[in-house]
Amino acid sequence: MQKTERYSGFGLFKHALRHHENWQRVWRNPTPKKQYDVIIVGGGGHGLATAYYLAKKHNITNVAVLEKGYLGGGNTARNTTIVRSNYLWDEAAHLFEHAMTLWEGLSQEINYNVMFSQRGVLNLGHTLQDMRDISRRVNANRLNGIDGEVLDTQQVKALVPIMDCSANTRYPVLGASWQPRAGVARHDAVAWGYARAADALGVDLVQQCEVSDILVEDGAAIGVATKQHGVIKADRIGCVVAGNSGVLAKMAGFELPIESHPLQAFVSEPIKPILDTVVMSNHVHGYISQSDKGDLVVGAGIDSYVGYGQRGSYPVIEHTVQAIIELFPIFSRVRMNRQWGGIVDTCPDACPIISQTPVENLFFNCGGEPAASKPRPVPVMYLPPRWPVGKCTSWRSPSPWTAFTVAP
Amino acid sequence: MLYIYCPHCEEHREEEEFHYGGQAHVARPKDPDACTDAEWADYLYFRKNTRGWHHELWVHAAGCRKFFNITRDTVSYEIKETYKIGEQPAISE
Amino acid sequence: MAQKNRLATGGRINRNRQLTFKFGDNVYSGFEGDTLASALLANGVNIVGRSFKYRRPRGIVAAGADEPNAILQMGASEATQTPNVRATQQELFSGLQCRPTNGWPNEQFDLMSYIGKVGGRMMPPGFYYKTFMYPASMWETYESYIRKAAGLGRSPTENDADSYDHVNRHADVLVVGAGPAGLAAALAAGRAGARVILADEQSELGGSLLHSDDTINGEPATDWLASVIAELSALDNVLLLSRATVNGYHDHNFLTIHERRTDHLADRAETGKVRQRMHRVRAGWVVLATGAHERPLVYGNNDLPGCMLASAVSVYIKRYGVIPGQRLVLMTTNDFAYQTAIDWHRAGREVAALVDARRNPRGERVAQVEKMGIRVIRGSAVIDVLGGKRVAAAQVAAIDEQGERVVGAVEAIRCDTVASSGGWSPAIHLSCHTGSKPEWREDILGFVPGKTVQRQLLAGGITGSYGLQDCLEQGYQAGALAAQKAGFNAVKPASFSIPCVKEQSAMPLFHVPHTLPTSRAPKQFVDPQNDVTAAGIELATREGFESIEHVKRYTAMGFGTDQGKLGNINGMAIAAKSLKQSIPQTGTTIFRPNYTPVTFGAIAGRHCGELFEPKRFSAMHAWHVKHGALFEDVGQWKRPWYFPKPGESMQRAVNRECLATRESVGILDASTLGKIDIQGKDAREFIGRIYSNAWAKLAVGKCRYGLMCGEDGMVFDDGVTACLGENHFVMTTTTGGAAGVLEWLELYHQTEWPELEVFFNTVTDHWATLTISGPNSRNLLAELTDDIDLDREAFKYMDWRQGTVAGVPARVFRISFTGELSFEINVQANYGLYVWEKLFEQGEKYHLTPYGTETMHVLRAEKGFIIAGQDTDGSAHPCDLNMGWAVAAKKPFSFVGKRGMQREDCVRENRKQLVGLKTRQPEVVIPEGSQAVKDPDQPKPMEMLGHITSSYYSANLGRSIAMGYIKNGINRMGETVCYPQADGTVIEAEICSYIFFDPQGERQNV
Repeated sequence: MQKTERYSGFGLFKHALRHHENWQRVWRNPTPKKQYDVIIVGGGGHGLATAYYLAKKHNITNVAVLEKGYLGGGNTARNTTIVRSNYLWDEAAHLFEHAMTLWEGLSQEINYNVMFSQRGVLNLGHTLQDMRDISRRVNANRLNGIDGEVLDTQQVKALVPIMDCSANTRYPVLGASWQPRAGVARHDAVAWGYARAADALGVDLVQQCEVSDILVEDGAAIGVATKQHGVIKADRIGCVVAGNSGVLAKMAGFELPIESHPLQAFVSEPIKPILDTVVMSNHVHGYISQSDKGDLVVGAGIDSYVGYGQRGSYPVIEHTVQAIIELFPIFSRVRMNRQWGGIVDTCPDACPIISQTPVENLFFNCGGEPAASKPRPVPVMYLPPRWPVGKCTSWRSPSPWTAFTVAP
Repeated sequence: MLYIYCPHCEEHREEEEFHYGGQAHVARPKDPDACTDAEWADYLYFRKNTRGWHHELWVHAAGCRKFFNITRDTVSYEIKETYKIGEQPAISE
Repeated sequence: MAQKNRLATGGRINRNRQLTFKFGDNVYSGFEGDTLASALLANGVNIVGRSFKYRRPRGIVAAGADEPNAILQMGASEATQTPNVRATQQELFSGLQCRPTNGWPNEQFDLMSYIGKVGGRMMPPGFYYKTFMYPASMWETYESYIRKAAGLGRSPTENDADSYDHVNRHADVLVVGAGPAGLAAALAAGRAGARVILADEQSELGGSLLHSDDTINGEPATDWLASVIAELSALDNVLLLSRATVNGYHDHNFLTIHERRTDHLADRAETGKVRQRMHRVRAGWVVLATGAHERPLVYGNNDLPGCMLASAVSVYIKRYGVIPGQRLVLMTTNDFAYQTAIDWHRAGREVAALVDARRNPRGERVAQVEKMGIRVIRGSAVIDVLGGKRVAAAQVAAIDEQGERVVGAVEAIRCDTVASSGGWSPAIHLSCHTGSKPEWREDILGFVPGKTVQRQLLAGGITGSYGLQDCLEQGYQAGALAAQKAGFNAVKPASFSIPCVKEQSAMPLFHVPHTLPTSRAPKQFVDPQNDVTAAGIELATREGFESIEHVKRYTAMGFGTDQGKLGNINGMAIAAKSLKQSIPQTGTTIFRPNYTPVTFGAIAGRHCGELFEPKRFSAMHAWHVKHGALFEDVGQWKRPWYFPKPGESMQRAVNRECLATRESVGILDASTLGKIDIQGKDAREFIGRIYSNAWAKLAVGKCRYGLMCGEDGMVFDDGVTACLGENHFVMTTTTGGAAGVLEWLELYHQTEWPELEVFFNTVTDHWATLTISGPNSRNLLAELTDDIDLDREAFKYMDWRQGTVAGVPARVFRISFTGELSFEINVQANYGLYVWEKLFEQGEKYHLTPYGTETMHVLRAEKGFIIAGQDTDGSAHPCDLNMGWAVAAKKPFSFVGKRGMQREDCVRENRKQLVGLKTRQPEVVIPEGSQAVKDPDQPKPMEMLGHITSSYYSANLGRSIAMGYIKNGINRMGETVCYPQADGTVIEAEICSYIFFDPQGERQNV
C-alpha cells in the first residue's frame, strides 16, 4: 500500500508548482474481501470514526466500512455541525466530554483540518424554569469537570450584541448557559478526515454497498448480505446507521427503542461575518451559527411524525425562522438559500445507545438526542475500547434493553 | 406539510390542525399487573418504526379533537387511508 | 450620464420615465422597465463584483435567476440594507442604491486580486482541509482571516421596518411559470372553470414571449400574449401573480409562492403596505411550466466581464433595448443561439464571428446568418479569451468532433463580448423538491423530472421541448387535463400555428478543450460564484471524490446563491468525463427549496415580535398592570410575578406579600390553571383510572388532589378535582399543562376505553379564579356572600359550595395551596374583575394584599407542596416525591402509571427522592439548580446526589428553605450535604422533611 502523504502548507505549495496534478487519492476504492474481523455498517462520521479508532487504538485493521451511498452522505452531511458537551445526565455528559477532548486535537491527529472552531455555545433561557434548568445543568457540568457558566441577560448581550435581549420580545432572554469550549466543525471534513486516516491504516471503505440482510446463526451475527457484493462475513458487526437503525435491527430480528423522525435545517445566503457564537434556544426552537463561508446555519425543531424522506413539514421551518427573527430581528431582510431534512433516531431518554444487542457479536451505535439540534458530528465517534471484542460496554449500564426495562 | 383527511369531519385539513400520536394499534395491555418488566418496556418504548407503510395515530387537535388512524408511507409520505379507532386498515404494513 | 449601450429603439421599457440610481459611488440613469442589470449594462458598467476566492473581476452573465455574479448590496438606509440582491431580478426604481459586495478598496481595483493571482494556485478545492493545522494553537488566528473573506453582502444592523404577511390559498390548478406553456395551461384550466393560480417570478407574465420574434396564429407573439393576459384577467376564477416565485414544492401539493409586492417601487414599502407576501397554496393539481436554463460553455477565462449567456444577450437587446457591447463573438453547440447573432446584427453592431462547435451545421438559421454576412466558423470553439477587466479578444481554434481536443491553430478575434450557449437544461428544481429523482435524456442533453407521487403535470421547456409550438400545445393540454382531473369538464382543444424553423441537433460539449491540459490551462470556470473550475472538478475526482455529491461538497460547486442553475450540469458532465463514466451513471445532485432565496421576513410573516406567539391574559390583567405587577411567562400566560411598591426590591416585596398572607389575607389570580369539565356516567371511573389516587368515594361537594402519571409511572401533572355532581367533575391542571392533559384524557377515552361514557371540555377561559388565603379570608368572604354557609363545620376544608360572591354566581372551593385557610372563588370570567375589585373594597380593613407567583411559590414551599414541572422533571414517581399517600395501589383498575412505577428500576434502592433542605446558615439561600455532593473536595467528575428544585427565603420562618432531590434522601434525614458553587464557596445543608411550616396542617383547617 502506498504511504499516505502528509498534508501541510508546504506540501500544498509543492503541489501548486506541479499544477496539482500529482495529489494522492484520499482513500482507495477497494473491492471487499469475503471475510473481515469487523464490519462497520454505515460510512457516516460515526462509522468512519469507529473504524479509525479500531485500527488506531486497538490495532484491528482487518475492517470494512460498508456504505450504501457515499461516505459522509447521510446525517453527517445534513447536521448543523454543533459540537458541545454540556449535557445534563452524567452518562451523556461523560460521553460527550470525552468526544470533546478528542475533537480538541483531531485535525492534527488525523492530519486533516476539520475546522473545529471553539467559538462557544449559548443555550438561552426564556422563562424562570428555563433558568432553573440551566443552572442545574451548568452545576452538573461543572462538577463533572465540563466548562460552563450561567450568564445573565447583560452578559448574553455583551457576547452577542446583535441579539434582541430587550424586554420587548414575546419571550425575553433571561440568561443562558455558556460553554466556551463548544463550537462548530466542518462536517464533511470530519467524515473525509476519518475516512482518509482509516484507509491509511488499512481499513477498506466500500461505497455503493448496501446491506440487505444481517446473517445470524445460533443467535450470533456472522456476516451481512449486500446488494452489490454478495455475502461478506465478519466476526463482529457494528451498525452505525443513524436514521436507519430500526431497519437494520429488523434485519437482525429485533426492535430498537427508537423512532426515526425528520429533522430540518437551512442556511441563509452567505453574508459577512456577524455572529461569532452558536446560539441555541429550546424554548423558541431555533439554533443558529454562522459558518466560515458566511452562511447562517439554522437548525429547526423535530417533526412529530416518523419519516425517512429527508423532508419535513413546512410549518416547522416557518416556526424556526420566526424564532430566529424573534432573537435576531435584524436578519429579517436576509434570505434563506436552501433547506433540507435529515433523519434523526430518537430514543425515549434522549441518550445515545452504544451497545451490544440481543444478537451476539452485533453492536449498535444509534439514537442521538431529539430535543436539541442535529446529531453531533462526533459526539459518539469514539467507541469504548472493548467494544469490538464482543463485550458490552455501553456508556449506559448495562445495555439499553435492560435499561429500557427498568428505566428511565 | 401533510394534507390529512379527518374521517370524523370528513374533510381534508392542513397538518397544522393535527397532532401526531405515534404508532397506531399499540393497545394498553389488558392486565398491566400481569406484565413482566420486559413486556411493559415493549409497550412503553419499542415501536415498529416502519420504513414504508405505517399505521399511525393522529388527533384532530384544532378541529373535532377526535383520534383516528392513518396509513402513511414513511418515505414518500403518501397517505393511503384514514380510518376511525376500532376500524382495521385495508393495507397491512 | 449617457446610457452608451442603450439602443435607440426597442424593448419593453418606458423611455419617458428616466430613473436615476447609484451603483457604488456613481450615479447612473435607466428607464422604467429596466432591471438593475439591464440598467448597469446600458451604462456600460463592466465589473459588478469580485469573485469569492480569487477576487477576479466579474460582470453580468445572465438575465434571470441563474445570474452568479451580479449579487449586490442594496439599500439606501441602514434598516433597508439587503444583502445579495440579484441585479438581474431587481427592477430599477428611482433612487435605488446598491454597491458590489466584494472588492477592496473597490470592485474596479481590488488589492486582494493580487493575492488571488499569486495565491490562486495555492487555493485548489479543499486546500483549507490540508492546511492551517500547524501549530494547532494558530487555528483560531487562521480562522479569523478565513472569516474575513467570508460572505457576499452584509446583514443590516438595524431592525427591518417593513412588514410581511401570509395568505393561505386553495387552487384546483396551480401553474408555475407564465411562459408560453404556463400561459396556455392557465388558459385551458381557466376556461374549464377551475380555480387557477398562475405565478411567475418576473415583473411581467410572458416568459420568452417578452422577447420573441415569433408569430402565433399569424400575429406577433407579444400581441397573442396581451390577448391571453386580457382573457385570463377577465376570468374570476384565475389569479395572476407576477413577481411571485414558487420557491418550494412540499408534500401533498403544498407550495409556497414568494411575492415581492414593493421591491420594484422603492427602498422600503410605503407605510401600511406589505413588502413581501408568502402565499401558502394547497393545490389540487400542479402544472410545472418552469422552462429551462441555458448552459454557458466552459472555456479559458470565461469569467471575464463580457462573457455572457447567448440568450441573455438576446433578452437584453430585445426586452430592454440594451446591447451589452460593440463586437460579439458567439459560440454555440446548437441552432437556437444563432438567434443571438441575428439580434446583435439587427441592433446594428458587429458580429465578429459565430463559432459553432459542430463540423457541419445545417439548420435554417445557419444560412440566415451567413446571408447577413456573419462569419461562421465551423467545428471550432472559443478556447480562451484575452483581456484585463473586459474581454478584448477571443481565442478561436478548431476542435475535434468529440470536443475533446484542439486540432487547429489558434486565431485571436478582437471582440468585447463573448456569448456562449451549450444548450438548455430543464428547470427541474421544483420537481426535485418533492423527492422525485431526475432522469437524464440523451436526446435533449438534460435532466428531466422523474417519477413523482405528487399530482403534478409538466409542460414546455421542463420536459425538454423548447419549440414554441410544442410549448403551447403541451401547456394547453396539461392545463385542460389538470382541470379535468380536478373535476372540471373538458375544454375544447386549441390550435396554435407557429412558423417552423428547421433545427439540427445540438452537440454535447460541456467543457471546451484547450491546447494545454485542464490543470495547466487558463482557469475555466464552471460555477463562477464559488470560483469552481474544470480543473478543480478534475482534481476532486483524481483525489477520489467520485460521487457527484462528494465533488459538489469538495469543490463547493452549486453551493452559491444560484444553487447551481448556471453550472451544475457542466460540472457533472466534467466529473463524469473525468471518471470515465456516463452522465446518468454519475447522476445529479438534488435541488432543494428554495428555488431562489427567500427573505426570512417573508417566511416568518406576521408571526414575530409581539405576535410571535399568542399572549394569554386573565380577566384581571388590567388591574395587575395598573397595580404595578411584574409578569412571569408561564406557558402562553402572563402571570403576575410580584407586586412591588415603588422602590421595593423583589425580595422585600415577596417578604411583604408572604407575611401579609399568613398574618391576614392575600389574594392570588389563579385563573390560568387549566380547568377541564368532565361529565358522564363513567366520569368517576375514568378519573380513577387516570389519577394515581382513589376517587370512588369522593362525594358531591368535595374536592380531592390528584397526581397524574405517565405509563412509565412518572408524575407529569397534578391538581384538584371537584365533584360537582354524581356524574360531573371539574379537574384543574397546571397552567402550562392544560392542553396536554385534555389531549391525554381524550387519548385514553377514545383509544383505550371508548366503552366509558364520559365527555371532556376545556373551561379554562370560562372561569376567573380568585384565591383568597390567610386567617382573615373567611371574614373577607363573609362580607360578600350571604348564601354560602362559611361555618368551619358546614364548609369544611376540601369542600366546595355553589353560591354568590358580590352578587355573582360562584363556585367556591375551600382548598389551599398556601396551608392557610383559603377559598378559591370561581366566577364567570366576565365578572372576574368586578368581583376582584369588590374583594378589594371589602378587603381594605384586612389589608388585603395581592400576591403573584413568586409568593405563591414561597408559601407552598413552606408547606412542601410540589409544583409539577419545577419539582418534577419526568423522572420522579409519586414515591420519589414522598407522596406514596397519593397512590391507591389497591384500586381494582390498574390505573395509568401503576405498572410503570413498579418496574425494577423504580423500586430500587438509592433513587433520587424529594426532600427538604435547611442550610447551616439560615440566611443563605441555596441557588436553585445547585447540585449536592457528599464530599466537596472529591476529584471531578464528582458523584452528585441530586439538585435543588425550589429554594427561597421564608420571611415567615426567618430562614431559607429548599426542596431538592437527594439519592435515598427520605432515609437520610438529618444528614448534611454540600452544594459547591461556581464561585468556589460551598453551602452546607441538612436533609429534612420538606414540610417546613405547620406540619399538622392546622392552619388550613381553622
